[in-house]
Amino acid sequence: MDLDIVDLSRLQFAMTALYHFLFVPLTIGLAVILAIMETVYVMTGRAIWRDMTKFWGVLFGINFAMGVATGVVMEFQFGMNWSYYSHYVGDVFGAPLAIEGLMAFFLEATFVGLFFFGWDRMSKVAHLVVTWLVAIGSNLSALWILIANGWMQNPAGAAFNPQTMRMEVTDFFAVLTNPVAQAKFVHTVSAGYTVASIFVLGVSAWYALKGRHLQLARRSMTVAASFGLASALSVVVLGDESGYLSTEHQKMKVASIEAMWKTEPAPAAFTAFGFPDQRTRETHFAVHIPWLLGLIGTRTLTKEVPGIEDLVASAESHIHEGIQAYDALQTIRAARSDAEVPAQARADFEAHSGYLGYALLLKRYVDDPRQATPEMIEKAGWDLVPPVFSLYWSFRIMVGLGMFFIALTATFFVLSARRRLDAHPWLLKVAVFAIPLPWVAAEMGWIVAELGRQPWVIEGVLPTAVAVSNLGATTLLISILGFVAIYTVLFVIEMKLMLKAIRKGPAEHPSPPGVPHAKADAEPAVLPRNPLGASS
Amino acid sequence: MILHTLISYEVLRLIWWLLLGVLLIGFAVTDGFDLGVGMLLPFAGRSDIERRVIINSVGPVWEGNQVWLILGGGAIFAAWPQLYAVSFSGFYLAMFAILVALILRPVAFKFRSKRDDAAWKARWDWVLFIGGFVPSLIFGVAMGNVLRGVPFRFGTDMHIFYEGSFFGLLNPFALLCGLVSVAMLLMHGATWLQLKTEGPVAERARGYGSIGALATAVSYLLAGVLLWRFVDGYHLTSALPPDGPSNPLLKTAELHGGAWFDNYRSQPLLWLVPALGIAGALLSWLGQRVRRPLLALLASGFAIAGVILSVGVSMFPFILPSSLDPHASLTVFDSSSSHLTLFIMLVVTVIFLPIILAYTSWVYSVLRGKVDERAISEERTHAY
Repeated sequence: MDLDIVDLSRLQFAMTALYHFLFVPLTIGLAVILAIMETVYVMTGRAIWRDMTKFWGVLFGINFAMGVATGVVMEFQFGMNWSYYSHYVGDVFGAPLAIEGLMAFFLEATFVGLFFFGWDRMSKVAHLVVTWLVAIGSNLSALWILIANGWMQNPAGAAFNPQTMRMEVTDFFAVLTNPVAQAKFVHTVSAGYTVASIFVLGVSAWYALKGRHLQLARRSMTVAASFGLASALSVVVLGDESGYLSTEHQKMKVASIEAMWKTEPAPAAFTAFGFPDQRTRETHFAVHIPWLLGLIGTRTLTKEVPGIEDLVASAESHIHEGIQAYDALQTIRAARSDAEVPAQARADFEAHSGYLGYALLLKRYVDDPRQATPEMIEKAGWDLVPPVFSLYWSFRIMVGLGMFFIALTATFFVLSARRRLDAHPWLLKVAVFAIPLPWVAAEMGWIVAELGRQPWVIEGVLPTAVAVSNLGATTLLISILGFVAIYTVLFVIEMKLMLKAIRKGPAEHPSPPGVPHAKADAEPAVLPRNPLGASS
Repeated sequence: MILHTLISYEVLRLIWWLLLGVLLIGFAVTDGFDLGVGMLLPFAGRSDIERRVIINSVGPVWEGNQVWLILGGGAIFAAWPQLYAVSFSGFYLAMFAILVALILRPVAFKFRSKRDDAAWKARWDWVLFIGGFVPSLIFGVAMGNVLRGVPFRFGTDMHIFYEGSFFGLLNPFALLCGLVSVAMLLMHGATWLQLKTEGPVAERARGYGSIGALATAVSYLLAGVLLWRFVDGYHLTSALPPDGPSNPLLKTAELHGGAWFDNYRSQPLLWLVPALGIAGALLSWLGQRVRRPLLALLASGFAIAGVILSVGVSMFPFILPSSLDPHASLTVFDSSSSHLTLFIMLVVTVIFLPIILAYTSWVYSVLRGKVDERAISEERTHAY
């Protein structure tokens, strides 16, 4: 089992998704920051704001290309590596992906070319509209992707159809207004805004430390600090909303994040620190904060947050119901026509179909879930516990970083309000070294959301292990190694180009501080020859 | 939701079959010239500045064009989930090769002009060539294999099993279809270059494009003859209720020589579709000879539409026949999404497709005009 196709498929998906997610948050956030900067330019007419838009636009462009290239991979992979998934939930899951293309990605990708090539071809206001359309497109894009992802976490508005052997939409409005999707959308785009704000803040702080491009750096820091503070606050607050909803819809995820092995009397304590051990089912060196988890998770002092052991115990009864549903399903499918389906089978299926997915959990151990032994059922019950240690720590790193971003952006917000941005060089250094941290937080967030959903690919409906395509291990190894090779090379080139563009800065002939860009309006581009190693 | 029953399931399936064609044609007609331009890059451009002119002729639009492919993938997923599941997993390594090309292409666009180093640039030029050639070839080869039938079957609980290999895809008929596709997109890219550039680049493009147009007509005709004489088609041997459940295992079908021409026999007007493919290619050739690049580009677009539509028309109602188990073949009436999903997706498409077409045309009109060496060296734009 060392080259298990399920593990290989998961490895490839996780790798390509985490990689894609390096570029997406920056695109989402930077697009909005560009639009804000260009709005200031159009409203005030001051050329420095156009130069800022163009400069950050160059970095945006390098990042955008990588986001597009790695995004195509994501869309193709559902069919390539997860063919049973695609068959089983395509009726529901495919729609938001297709709508994303129609409503959002087309907008974003069509206007991004005009953003770069259109400066001299249209009026100021028209170009501003183009920039906003790129920003709106990339945010709408996130909305539809997270509606799709939210449905994986909380499959609302759909039901299983025995005739077609798949999930089908029953209430599209419920898919759209899925509360989990809404919370995730706001949380994720706010995270994107935070990533971009810290990026702009850090790069500008570096210029400030070097005494270069001070006009641009100071203004950029002001935008980044205020936008970043609002975003970082919103990430944490809406992350909390996300957590609250998880307690309703994904109890196991919450219990695992908290390493809460046993149900505690309400209000439950929050374990601030510890080393969860999945084998012995206990947390070593735990430091508890009384009441906190109960408050976050249930927003009451009286409701219980269920622990892992109790959840597993109740899952076993779900598995038994699932087997009944599976049995009835086979009878229904064996009937040659609707009229021949025994009424009893139909009634059994109606009664238990909600737990059909739990029977599929047994497919790891036995081809026909009806043949499962009590040991298999117990094992499948414990399979429902995701990797507790990874979740526990990913979550804490993410939250800790989130708090740090609030502190950092708040500090710079105050400094900028007092016009003392460069008063403390050590703070500028902190901002420079903080640049990679929001990416760490974002990737941890992905791990919490998606690893926390395991062993399900669709919570309670379809286990990850049965969702894969029947591919050979060699085939998977070829594609995994191929992606690793290409992605590594591209990452190195991408970083070099980003750094080169940053080192080169916005203009070869920066105005001395205090001297306004007098001639800038007469000359459309203050950018140098082959601007910043430029292109879109 | 009762609203969706306003349009019958049968009609919705037919509309989505047409829309599948529209999306494939949208992709081939827009991103097609980007791919063709990529293939022509090392040949139509000799000096660095010429090659930059070529790249910048598609510079502002290729990103938007490529969305047709992404939209196509998403729409197949949403409207034809089984087609998406079987074809993407079955053609796994071919899809992987397309992905590699599609990852490298944007990157090559971005990175090529970042260093003033001839070897660096030459390397990216070949990446752009491969990034245009490989997807063009594979899309054609895939079409050829779809026409021959693909070795897949359904196991318990509708799990999909594909029992072919990557090299099995490279049979002579499919390779000929690959050639049709390469010639067609080469012609298309060349006509685009003639429209957007002038001087030696446009002249060379005219040479290659004329050959591409003739090669398209000849290879397409040849593929048609082979399809008729040597490739068995599929036909239904049981009823297929047009509003039945999307379960491909409820009907029967079998292989039958010349079956892919049944639809033309029963509806002779359909011959207009392949005729459009050939006439479009010939008109494009003529347009290039008499130096009417816009005419040549439009004609080549019609040729592409004719060729792609003819594949769909020949196979209807099949969309993905199974050579391993013909009864399990996917057809328009038993492998779509549910009635409700097709309806919702149609509403969204009816609203947004015209908007997309409107703003895409607006962007093209803002960017109209020739790309020449002066425009690039003026550096007022963010040229590649």
